[in-house]
Amino acid sequence: MHYFISPVLWQFLSKWLSQFPLFPPEASSIAPYADAFFFFLMLISIVGTGIVMVMVITFSIMYRKEKNPEATQIEGSMLLETTWTLIPLALFLICFVWGALLYFRIYTPPTNAMNIYIVGKQWMWKAEHPGGQHEIDALHVPEGRPIALTMISQDVFHSFSIPAFRVKREVIPGRYTTVWFTPTKPGTYHLFCTQYCGTLHSQMIGWVTVMTPGDYQAWLNGSTSGTSLAQNGERLFAALGCNACHSGNATARGPNLAGAYGSRVQLANGSYETMDDAFLRDSILNPSMHVAAGYAPIMPTYQGQVSEEGLIDLVEYIKGLKTNDRVQQTLNTSLVQTSTPAGGQNAPQSAAARSAKAPSHTGTVNQ
Amino acid sequence: MDSQTVIVPQSHAELEHEHSPHLHHHFANMGQQREASNFGMWLFLLTEIMFFGGMFTAYLIYRNWYYPAFVAGSHYMKMWAGTLNTVVLICSSFTMAMGVYSAEMRNRKNLIRYLSLTLILGFVFLGIKAYEWHNEWVEHHVPGLNFSINDFTHVDARYPTDKPLKVDMAEKTQIYFSLYFLLTGVHALHMVVGVSIIIFLIFTAWGGAYTTGHMNLIENFGLYWHFVDIVWIFLFPLLYLISRHQ
Amino acid sequence: MSTSITLPDQQTATLPKRSYLNSEYGLKSWLLTFDHKRIAILYLITTSFFFTIGGSAAALIRLNLLTPGGELVAADTYNKLFSIHGIIMVFFFLVPIAPAVLGNFLIPIMIGARDVAFPRINLLSWYLFVAGGCFELYAIIWGGMDTGWTFTTPLSTHYVNTHVIAAALGIFVAGFSSILTGVNFIVTIHRLRAPGMTWFRLPLFIWSYYATSFIFVLATPVIAIALALIVLERFTGIGVFDPAKGGDPLLFQHLFWFYSHPAVYVMILPGMGVMSEVIACFSRKRVFGYTAVAFSSVAIGVFSFFVWAHHMFIMGISNYSALVFSLMTMLVAVPSAIKIFNWSATMFKGSISFDTPMLYSFSFIGLFTIGGMTGIMLASLGMDIHLTETFFVVAHFHYVMVGGMVSAVMAGLHFWWPKITGRMYPENLGRLSAAILFLGFNLTFFPQFIVGYLGMPRRYHAYPPDFQVLNVLSTAGASVLAIGYLMPAIYLLWSLKYGKVAGANPWNAPGLEWQIQSPPLTENFVETPIVDFEAYDFEWLANQTKSEVQTIG
Repeated sequence: MHYFISPVLWQFLSKWLSQFPLFPPEASSIAPYADAFFFFLMLISIVGTGIVMVMVITFSIMYRKEKNPEATQIEGSMLLETTWTLIPLALFLICFVWGALLYFRIYTPPTNAMNIYIVGKQWMWKAEHPGGQHEIDALHVPEGRPIALTMISQDVFHSFSIPAFRVKREVIPGRYTTVWFTPTKPGTYHLFCTQYCGTLHSQMIGWVTVMTPGDYQAWLNGSTSGTSLAQNGERLFAALGCNACHSGNATARGPNLAGAYGSRVQLANGSYETMDDAFLRDSILNPSMHVAAGYAPIMPTYQGQVSEEGLIDLVEYIKGLKTNDRVQQTLNTSLVQTSTPAGGQNAPQSAAARSAKAPSHTGTVNQ
Repeated sequence: MDSQTVIVPQSHAELEHEHSPHLHHHFANMGQQREASNFGMWLFLLTEIMFFGGMFTAYLIYRNWYYPAFVAGSHYMKMWAGTLNTVVLICSSFTMAMGVYSAEMRNRKNLIRYLSLTLILGFVFLGIKAYEWHNEWVEHHVPGLNFSINDFTHVDARYPTDKPLKVDMAEKTQIYFSLYFLLTGVHALHMVVGVSIIIFLIFTAWGGAYTTGHMNLIENFGLYWHFVDIVWIFLFPLLYLISRHQ
Repeated sequence: MSTSITLPDQQTATLPKRSYLNSEYGLKSWLLTFDHKRIAILYLITTSFFFTIGGSAAALIRLNLLTPGGELVAADTYNKLFSIHGIIMVFFFLVPIAPAVLGNFLIPIMIGARDVAFPRINLLSWYLFVAGGCFELYAIIWGGMDTGWTFTTPLSTHYVNTHVIAAALGIFVAGFSSILTGVNFIVTIHRLRAPGMTWFRLPLFIWSYYATSFIFVLATPVIAIALALIVLERFTGIGVFDPAKGGDPLLFQHLFWFYSHPAVYVMILPGMGVMSEVIACFSRKRVFGYTAVAFSSVAIGVFSFFVWAHHMFIMGISNYSALVFSLMTMLVAVPSAIKIFNWSATMFKGSISFDTPMLYSFSFIGLFTIGGMTGIMLASLGMDIHLTETFFVVAHFHYVMVGGMVSAVMAGLHFWWPKITGRMYPENLGRLSAAILFLGFNLTFFPQFIVGYLGMPRRYHAYPPDFQVLNVLSTAGASVLAIGYLMPAIYLLWSLKYGKVAGANPWNAPGLEWQIQSPPLTENFVETPIVDFEAYDFEWLANQTKSEVQTIG
């Protein structure tokens, strides 16, 4: 056969016959729901388009000039027009409600979800598992477990899309966004950046690998980097001197962070905010806007000093912080290490002096 | 012909058509022409409102977020200059209104007089504005080109009760100044356009162009001038008077 | 007395001795004309030029997507191509083509006026349009821009190193052309209607152009300021959209879509106006439910201002604001549905003939319905998550804009071609090209729905090989589509000289524009018409013709 037609065409035809997906795989718990809704939408589209086509074709045949030389003038019909206003309106409202339910479901992660962090940058995806496993342009997830992604971009807008899971969310600079899914079928699936992000936008792709829980555990063990995100965060917490103020002591200059994650915080301006990932990240970068009630606004900004990965480490650390024992422990050790040779004797005071020095350009506040 | 005829000559329109030299061929009469040009001007001002509306939206959002930075930034505005400029513009609106009135009264001398006064006031406004901008440049308050947060992180001698900003909030004063330059810049651009049109109007008014009853141009320009004035009336409190009562 | 409404027999028709086309000669008489009809022709020439540029870019895009590796052009070239395609097609073809060409030519004639309200401003807006186009051409020739037509910040402000400033300024300048055209049309429709031409005697064409003009006036300044901010941010480094300085990059998208979503309706409402005229004429019937169709135009115009954030459902806007915008989007779909049903019902008990404009109208109804229904899918919050930013969206808006608007423009161009030029286009070639366009269009864009649902993202220079078959189909369709566009370009030009002389009213249509000679006189009407009939009053037309026969015979 292929002797008679060009090889290119032959290749094309054989491809056509062998591998030609028309529908993406359903690999997450939400996918069947999204597809059910899609089929409903398709149904009303086909019926709607069908009615219009039937009308146009029937009238074209019945009332063509040759058959019906004289048109009958009709003003309109209130009844008919109301019908075809209200029926589409009702259908569209059904779509609205159904779509809204699905939307809230996709964008509201369950509380028991496992958290994985995603950092997007031109032009790669970095995934960070809580255990400290790092991946680039790939994501390994266990089957049957809800997984929430906390995502942020280092530069421009990106968009994290896994078509097989029917989920997608914009990855924005300067702000965390989240999306969640429960993978249901082991396999590898496409991962795309769908927001145009510059020259190599189309190379910002990768694979999502869904594994059985056993395989996933093996993978975790095999690709661990030695320290978990929280451990990295703890190190950073000490290195940046956060523990000097956020020590949990009664006289501490910063609020206690142990067990605080998820609670409602009253701010100095009287409003309340929930201490979530976004709150923590923004408090580190823009402390002036998140001063807790009862505390002086002395925290310096760490803008430009901590990378997005570092912020994730800190957030993950503070999230898991249940007691202040280790904070105080590291506080003491770090002060012994960093204190000047002359005055190593009174550690807490020198720490206070150091932290007061940090916001030097803000002048003297809070004497 | 029967009553279904579409086209009959319209005698009175034709008559008027011949009479006024200012009537464009496609209008039936002067009234229609005047109404059309006024209506067009109002639509154009609607466009202008949306134009400034975009910037005011940005202003409102950021002011809400970074209120302390906006307060600190506004304290570096020259109050006397802003107040004086407001007075100057209100006066110029008055002289402009008098100009329109003189045109209506067909008083050429007064028209030129009031237009010239408006022109002078326009230049005074632009001069004061230029002085302020120069000052901001000297003080390193021009975001992007010449900016330092130094002023905002220290206690200001003139506002000893003001708390200095932390670095993170002080950085946000750039947003305030960006919007300040954007809003006053676009406003000043409108003033420059207005001033150039006044110069043109004075020259043509000299030849007696608007004192023969045909004064659409003066009238519409008056609307424009008042609009630019009103924009400033919004800009002044939004940019200069934040938190002055404290 | 009624000499000006004679309807010469088409067989014996001759071109009138005096018309707007031969009242003056020379390039200067065109470039300095205040005549709305000549300005419309100027717009037709310039928009066709830009259509060629945008179309060539599209051809290269489709050729590149023939293979998954994207072997034809480099990645940044590809990005420039789709940016050029988007910017040129949206701002320099779709937005001006219907209002500035058909609207300029027809609005004054349809309402019985001699010209638009401000002829000088009309010419000025053409020059502004050309000036904006020159900025764009400069940007393209000196290296292009790769921001996409959406100019997403902070990519456009801090990360790309191409001619973004020139491109943005071009759109800024051309935006003023839109604003002035809008102001001109609104004033014309309000103040220059002929005696007796009440609001509810206006052709539905005028109603939809009225709504379009309001969108021009209210929405365009907002994109102007958004683009001005981009230029300033690139130029001086102010930080209004820069997250590093505390700016909010999403604010840009709010401002951008506040214009660009209403602009989408600028790209479809005039097409709907054309549909009402064409379908009524070729069914020999008044439009079913005139009031509903008229007010649905206004409703679309009003609602269009409250739906912009549906482009941002996945961008981290509040879930509750997403709810509101989704609901508003559902509501804006209803008037479009009403229109589609009313047009179909117009054909009921009509006396239908199938000339080229009518065939294009069928193609409009079919393609626009599909485009609209997929719009509902995208407006449904949960579905949008999967569909947005994929080829599904690309297919959706091409169905609306190319399938809808370009079909409508083709219908309108063929319908009024005899009025504009005085000559008929070749009918059989016209029908053939309408059929080719319909087939080519569906072959090009239907596979994109499927590949979009599979998840292929838009603006991809290279893609996974599993999507190739559908992309090959799409490219094959694009070549058919190209033939469908080339054919009319050739035969319409041919007809300028060799077409059959049309006569004043070749379609035997009742609108005011058909009661004057073709091509019209510079001043349109010898005497100001007095209107005592409603739009689409075929009985009036029949009486008119009868009385003509009586007076002559």
